[in-house]
Amino acid sequence: MTSGLSMVAYLGAAILFILCLGGLSNQETSRRGNVYGMIGMAIAVVATVFGTQVMSAGLPYIIAAMIVGAAIGLYAARVVQMTQMPELVALMHSLVGLAAMLVGYANFIDPAVSTNLTPAENSIHEIEMYIGVLIGAVTFSGSVIAFGKLSARISGKPVLLPGRHWLNLAGLLIVLYFGFVFVNAHSVAGAMLPMIVMTIVALLFGIHMVMAIGGADMPVVVSMLNSYSGWAAAATGFMLGNDLLIVTGALVGSSGAILSYIMCNAMNRNFLSVIAGGFGTDSSAPAAKGAIVPAGEVTPILAPETAELLRDAKNVIIVPGYGMAVAQAQHTVYEITKLLREKGVNVRFGIHPVAGRMPGHMNVLLAEAKVPYDIVFEMDELNEDFPDTDVAMVIGANDIVNPAAQDDPTSPIAGMPVLEVWKAKTSIVMKRSMASGYAGVDNPLFYKENNRMLFGDAKKMLDEVLTSLKA
Amino acid sequence: MSLLIGVPREVFPGEKRVATVPDVVEKLIKHGFRVAVEAGAGDAAQIADDAYRAAGAEIVADRAQLWATSDIVFKVRGPDSGEVALLREGGMLVSFIWPAQNPDLLQALAARKATVLAMDSVPRISRAQKLDALSSMANIGGYRAVIEAAHAFGRFFTGSITAAGKVPPAKVFIIGAGVAGLAAIGAASGLGAIVRANDTRPEVADQIKSLGGEFVPVDYVEEGSGVGGYAKVMSEGFQKAQREVFAKQAKDVDIIITTALIPGKPAPKLITEDMVKSMKQGSVIVDMAAEQGGNCELTVPGEIVVRHGVTIIGYKDLPSRLAKQASTLYATNLLRLTDDLVKTKSIEGDTIAIDMQDEVLRGTTVINQGEVTWPPPPPKLSAAPAPAAAAKAVVAPPKAKGHGEASAPMSGTKTTVLFGVGALLFLLIGRFAPASFLGHFTVFVLACFVGYMVVWNVKPALHTPLMSVTNAVSSIIAIGALVQIAPDLTKISADLARPNEWIRWLSVAAVALATINMFGGFAVTRRMLAMFRK
Repeated sequence: MTSGLSMVAYLGAAILFILCLGGLSNQETSRRGNVYGMIGMAIAVVATVFGTQVMSAGLPYIIAAMIVGAAIGLYAARVVQMTQMPELVALMHSLVGLAAMLVGYANFIDPAVSTNLTPAENSIHEIEMYIGVLIGAVTFSGSVIAFGKLSARISGKPVLLPGRHWLNLAGLLIVLYFGFVFVNAHSVAGAMLPMIVMTIVALLFGIHMVMAIGGADMPVVVSMLNSYSGWAAAATGFMLGNDLLIVTGALVGSSGAILSYIMCNAMNRNFLSVIAGGFGTDSSAPAAKGAIVPAGEVTPILAPETAELLRDAKNVIIVPGYGMAVAQAQHTVYEITKLLREKGVNVRFGIHPVAGRMPGHMNVLLAEAKVPYDIVFEMDELNEDFPDTDVAMVIGANDIVNPAAQDDPTSPIAGMPVLEVWKAKTSIVMKRSMASGYAGVDNPLFYKENNRMLFGDAKKMLDEVLTSLKA
Repeated sequence: MSLLIGVPREVFPGEKRVATVPDVVEKLIKHGFRVAVEAGAGDAAQIADDAYRAAGAEIVADRAQLWATSDIVFKVRGPDSGEVALLREGGMLVSFIWPAQNPDLLQALAARKATVLAMDSVPRISRAQKLDALSSMANIGGYRAVIEAAHAFGRFFTGSITAAGKVPPAKVFIIGAGVAGLAAIGAASGLGAIVRANDTRPEVADQIKSLGGEFVPVDYVEEGSGVGGYAKVMSEGFQKAQREVFAKQAKDVDIIITTALIPGKPAPKLITEDMVKSMKQGSVIVDMAAEQGGNCELTVPGEIVVRHGVTIIGYKDLPSRLAKQASTLYATNLLRLTDDLVKTKSIEGDTIAIDMQDEVLRGTTVINQGEVTWPPPPPKLSAAPAPAAAAKAVVAPPKAKGHGEASAPMSGTKTTVLFGVGALLFLLIGRFAPASFLGHFTVFVLACFVGYMVVWNVKPALHTPLMSVTNAVSSIIAIGALVQIAPDLTKISADLARPNEWIRWLSVAAVALATINMFGGFAVTRRMLAMFRK
């Protein structure tokens, strides 16, 4: 294959990737979009392997590596539970990060790449290499920690080292200094030390950054790491002078950046404050003075009464949260939904953008349970419908339905857009206990007159509700 | 000896209703009353004297005797002067009175030291709906208006395709969606017509729709709800806009039914002669406000006239034209009133003393033992909650940015600064970076923008598939490793010490890692997307 042919193949692949992302704008075209992505990837790989840059001597290695990788990848894709999607996504980010690091190192120890370069080009190439490895390393270690947190191998609580902002700043300075040393080093051996030091600092930085972030901020972190993996690919593209890598990396990078932005908006927090560490920085201190401490009595309810309420309702909105994912209750939720819809009850789902641990997490879970997507709505689409709703059922969600976000300007979550379930005629909150949500904010919703609490494990309770409904 | 309720025959010419029906007589007797009905009172409403007798009523042939012996007189229309004279001194009368229009009648009745309950003065509150005779009569009137229109109209109401050709549906425009208007909407759409309706009170739009009508708004902002659920007089600007809407409808529709009334005022003239002229030949106007002067300029109250080819029906007695139905509903209203009177102990044993603390009875009673108590203090409740300044939430809920929606434009200075910094950055890059870098840089920046545009269109529901697919796509990094596994070493001078093995194994590892992602990412995305279904 001539270099001209591989060039147009790359262009074709880039277009297919753009179409792939574009296809996700709605459910009907999304499957085709995914197919575009696969075709694009196949074209890119084939064009590279049979292009001018790869000699046939490398084929056995390539085939062996790809078979191993494909087998692991397909196996993982098959066995993963939908509730584990956030973990899988985080783990895959770490692989991209690690691959970027390895490619960077391979490129770095190859003296052949810089033989034909002018001094200016050489400096730029070295900077590209340095940055590529840096981003790759941060992505790798950050994603590994995110994976650990999401799969509960590491505590979801933010771990805050004293003076952590100073630590980060010191890390940055070290990286900058060694970057300078690296560019001025004249041999691979001389540049090796700064490269390794930088890699270690970057790895530590990635760990430190994600350790400081708490569970419910995970959607931001996961999408941020998504973005980083894209930038890592783009940096590698610069290093190798490969436009396809640059384009693809930029697409993925901006996609992740937009997702992070959307997630931050949904929590009414700015990106830096999320990255700088989660809520509960001083959780031992009581809520800010003047904060409205909700008081009053909660009204518990039992499963049969819940079933009764649901049966008599005309309009029901179900608001799922992370609790539903933890309890694996989505299938029961769907059974209940199906039953109610057969009885003519208008059941809809209201999804908060940050419900769950990953953007769109709830949608995927509900889709897995076969809930038709045309009854699943975004917050903005149905927030105005709550006053006409007879029953709003909150399953394992807390902060995203907290009226304090609107009523109490001193609340830590003030201004965060929330689902206005308290405007429904009756709201039912399913929770294991009265513990406060991730933000550590008490929820005045629980004390409202029209609110009922259904205590217990979401799955178990919903099963009981389902039994009563069938009776 | 229990109290005697007397029901005389209506004397008003053409009035066919009667103030009680046999079913109600039975219930009144159960309450402990005696009931006397004038002979022939129910004839016009197809209720025979025998039916009353069977229900337990006493039939009295002598009119004067009936009036003289009755403790309470139930009537439909307000008494004429002859009847006032017959009313016992200190007696009680329940009927329509229209005290605002008939001050003389009020004085005459007061002079008889009577207690008078006016069925037209029942307060319009939820509790009083069951005895709201105006509503029940208006309901009948609205229905009858459609029937009269159908009778005078030379075509089908419902559209259909017949063997003999296509029949277009009749178009009916109803002005005023009060009880009568809503009943007319229901009746007309029940007959299959296309129904449109207008009202000055915007909150009735839903009620119109619920009955199968289409709300025709007047594009002019003014709140038309008066106190007590009635309409009020609108401003000149509104009236002008309203006339334009009506003129447009007049040209289009076949039938207009007007029900616009404002309490205590002559009916507003809404349909001008010009509008009538613009209507199609054979069109029909039913003016339900004829009794108050009519909503149409050409209405002759009480008559049917044809003007400019349009039949204008100005009957004042639409409910009476459905006499049996109207009598039954009116009698039931009176029964409910009686229930209330007994419940509040306004009538106990043989004594009558209206409980003036009760809001419903207070409003209904226009003369209490010779003392005029009309008008009552105004009721306070409107059908729809007033748009009172709802307590604003302390924190204004931030308008969450619609997905894919452009956010508010940045402030001028911010934009300038941003563009300035961008320009400076580009200047520096252009000045110092080598040409080979600039080519890649261009591609990179453009790709960022493409990504930005494309990803904004992604539905939030698909954010997880988006992440997994971008993940799969970012395994394109495999390309970077592939090119390093076995490059064309012949092009590289032999004296360079290239750690071939190291590079190869690093690259092989990178390829394997990226491939996991490649296959895993696409496969899991596919699995997820397959789950989304309608």
